[in-house]
Amino acid sequence: MAADTEARPIAQMRGITIEFPGVKALDGVDLTLRGGEVHTLMGENGAGKSTLIKALTGVYPIDAGTIVVEGTPRTFRGTSDAQAAGISTVYQEVNLCTNLSVGENVMLGHEVRGPFGIDWKSTHREAERHLEGLGVRIDTRSLLAAHSIAVQQLVAISRAMVTDSRVLVLDEPTSSLDRGEVDQLFGVIRGLRDRGVAILFVTHFLDQVYEISDRLTVLRNGALVGEYPVAELPRAELIAKMIGRELDEFAAISRSADREIDRGGDPVIRATGIGRRGVLEPADVEVYDGEVVGIAGLLGSGRTELVRLLYGADRADAGRVEVRGRPARITNPRHAIDRRIAFSSEDRRAEGIVGDLTVAENIVLGIQAKRGALRKLRKAEQDAIVEEYIQALGVRPANPNALIRNLSGGNQQKVLLARWLATAPQLIILDEPTRGIDVGAKADIQRKVAELSEQGLGVVFISSELEEVVRIAQRIVVMRDRRKIGELTSHDTDVDDLVAFIAEEHDTQESPESVA
Amino acid sequence: MTSVPVTTEKAPTGVVRRFLSRRASWVPVFAAVVLLVVIFAAAQAYFGNILTPRVISALLLDNAYLFILAVGMTFVILTGGIDLSVGAVMAFTGMFGASLMRDGMPSAAVVPIMLLLGAAFGLAIGVLVQYFDVQPFIASLAAMFAARGLAFMVSLDSIKVEDGAILWLQSTRLQAGVGSWYITPTGIIALLVVLVGALVLAFTRFGRTIYAIGGSEQSARLMGLPVVRTKLLAYVVSGVCAGLAGVVFTAYTGASYPLNGIGTELDTIAAVVIGGTLLTGGSGYVVGSMIGVFVYGTIKTVISFLGADQSWTRISIGALLLMFVVVQRVIVARSNRR
Repeated sequence: MAADTEARPIAQMRGITIEFPGVKALDGVDLTLRGGEVHTLMGENGAGKSTLIKALTGVYPIDAGTIVVEGTPRTFRGTSDAQAAGISTVYQEVNLCTNLSVGENVMLGHEVRGPFGIDWKSTHREAERHLEGLGVRIDTRSLLAAHSIAVQQLVAISRAMVTDSRVLVLDEPTSSLDRGEVDQLFGVIRGLRDRGVAILFVTHFLDQVYEISDRLTVLRNGALVGEYPVAELPRAELIAKMIGRELDEFAAISRSADREIDRGGDPVIRATGIGRRGVLEPADVEVYDGEVVGIAGLLGSGRTELVRLLYGADRADAGRVEVRGRPARITNPRHAIDRRIAFSSEDRRAEGIVGDLTVAENIVLGIQAKRGALRKLRKAEQDAIVEEYIQALGVRPANPNALIRNLSGGNQQKVLLARWLATAPQLIILDEPTRGIDVGAKADIQRKVAELSEQGLGVVFISSELEEVVRIAQRIVVMRDRRKIGELTSHDTDVDDLVAFIAEEHDTQESPESVA
Repeated sequence: MTSVPVTTEKAPTGVVRRFLSRRASWVPVFAAVVLLVVIFAAAQAYFGNILTPRVISALLLDNAYLFILAVGMTFVILTGGIDLSVGAVMAFTGMFGASLMRDGMPSAAVVPIMLLLGAAFGLAIGVLVQYFDVQPFIASLAAMFAARGLAFMVSLDSIKVEDGAILWLQSTRLQAGVGSWYITPTGIIALLVVLVGALVLAFTRFGRTIYAIGGSEQSARLMGLPVVRTKLLAYVVSGVCAGLAGVVFTAYTGASYPLNGIGTELDTIAAVVIGGTLLTGGSGYVVGSMIGVFVYGTIKTVISFLGADQSWTRISIGALLLMFVVVQRVIVARSNRR
């Protein structure tokens, strides 16, 4: 079983620093991998886990620091250097060639050669032997494409064993496996560990961390937080180390949700019976100044459809819309923008960021589009706007010239928010602004939304995480089966009430897919 | 050691299913063979005299240069690239070689120079693709223009070749078996190139790395395979083949002309694709490309038997190409769904 005493270090990384244009991805990080030990690398999105792995496996050159393998300092110029030093990697998306046979994938680059070139018979026999060492018996001459991801992963591990690797890196290997497949993979991992291989494991699943690993290293924002034996680090402490602040930051936000909203005058927007056949049954929605209206419901309940009709991204075939008490015809996003309504789509990559532009350019994009191409913003004005929003939202890195595709998902989302805020909207619609981003960035974005609404901005906030909706919204529109089924005030609602409300009447619904 | 659960996936039973699970990528090659047989059968039924030793032997003779080009092109397409320069490089090496021989240089020195010239063009394309991140289409298009221009620089007129050794490659009719079967040295060269190409792809690490790159270049790199070297070498192979095709085509026509081989790069690509090589790379065989050239040559022959205009060759090849590309898309889409 796991080495209780200090096992011998096989690979040591010291003071690893890697910079991308405008982004310091890693800053002086240490990592020590010991033989016969499973070591887990933990951290949130953008913490630098993948970058560290890519440094260890020779994909990225390091800007500073040392890598010592079995006592010898090494400089990796490519993956083949790392493999020659005994470090192999199995990536999340299984980097093998599905157009080739199983056996060839195991042996590529190490085929058994006879006097007339590759000896296929011996090569396949050798591949079979390595696969059987991991308990896999499959036809090595069959195409890799014909096998499941789980089997492909085992093939990738066999490949690592062909090179007699001393260090095996597993980058989120379990993210697309079912429970049985995970068990088998863990069996293989334990077998390799007992043979003295040092294993570096990356995962997002806390349960798996505690199930398989002996030791873990935590990263945050490209810096090392620390190395801990798993047995001495309770889960809550691990989470706190990963996000680096206390979770009760959220508490301040939820107080904002209890604010009284003045619903005396005309609302910013009032939609009556807005709908579209086959997409959404007619629904009423109104948002007042300074109010956050949450939209809750399961995926596919009509949340996104509703706001797309409000914004004119899709055309409503029923209902009326009033903006500040005056009838408005919004059949096109242009009409909405002209009435100072902003919409941030749930598909950040496809409909949001422009990856090859800088942070500054992405922020200015919205306001420039509104002014029209002929009235170009002066450089000084641009800089002022960009500086203001980078500060206000805590975009990291705070470098306006960094390419946005180099930023983590959470920071990309902040830039998108900045883009819309720069256009000075009176109503902003945020569709899943916190999906797939880390807890820290989530808190930043929620805090900003709460702050803006206190200053009088109307907000429509969609999230799959009901807790988030309850925390941030004063009023919650509940959707189900492409229909608005009611409205709740969050004043006297908690997540359980909301779940019950979504579930009641019909019990055909399954439980909500995500209650964070 | 901790007990490890065992995954066993039995090989599919039955000859056909077993074959499909292992050798699905040969299916398009068989499709091309079937096509070839159908064309022959139909032509034989119509004309009654097409399946004669003379006609078949002439197929190999007339298309020897195309076999050689198709082998080089297969290497490049398997990596997921393309080489549009081969027709022009063939013309330029032919012109340059012919001019050297006119000036009295012996063919034993000229032929290696022609091959080296072809290799240099291939290397240049490879360097552009690999180090300057230029699309293979654009890089080889640039090489095509350069080679064509250089061919005109050598001479605007055709240069007659009088070197005995070069003419011998073409004029020698070696009796093969009984009847009027024959083969020329150019035909032997073409078949040798096909054989060597097939063996290199199947039995060397260089060959297997080409398939790996075509399957997924990123995977190949992460597996630690020599991606850069292999891709450069694939374009060099294509360039050398173009140089060799220059020798063979010069022998075939007994002269070099700067307008030789216009559109040949496209004929070559068509033959390779009809022979079952996926344009996205990673799947295909030199033997398939050889079948593809036979299909191309046979259609040309049939159309000249019909006495119809040769533009009908292009039209038929275009239609076939379209058909085969659609079939390939279907195959790729099906394998992606799995």
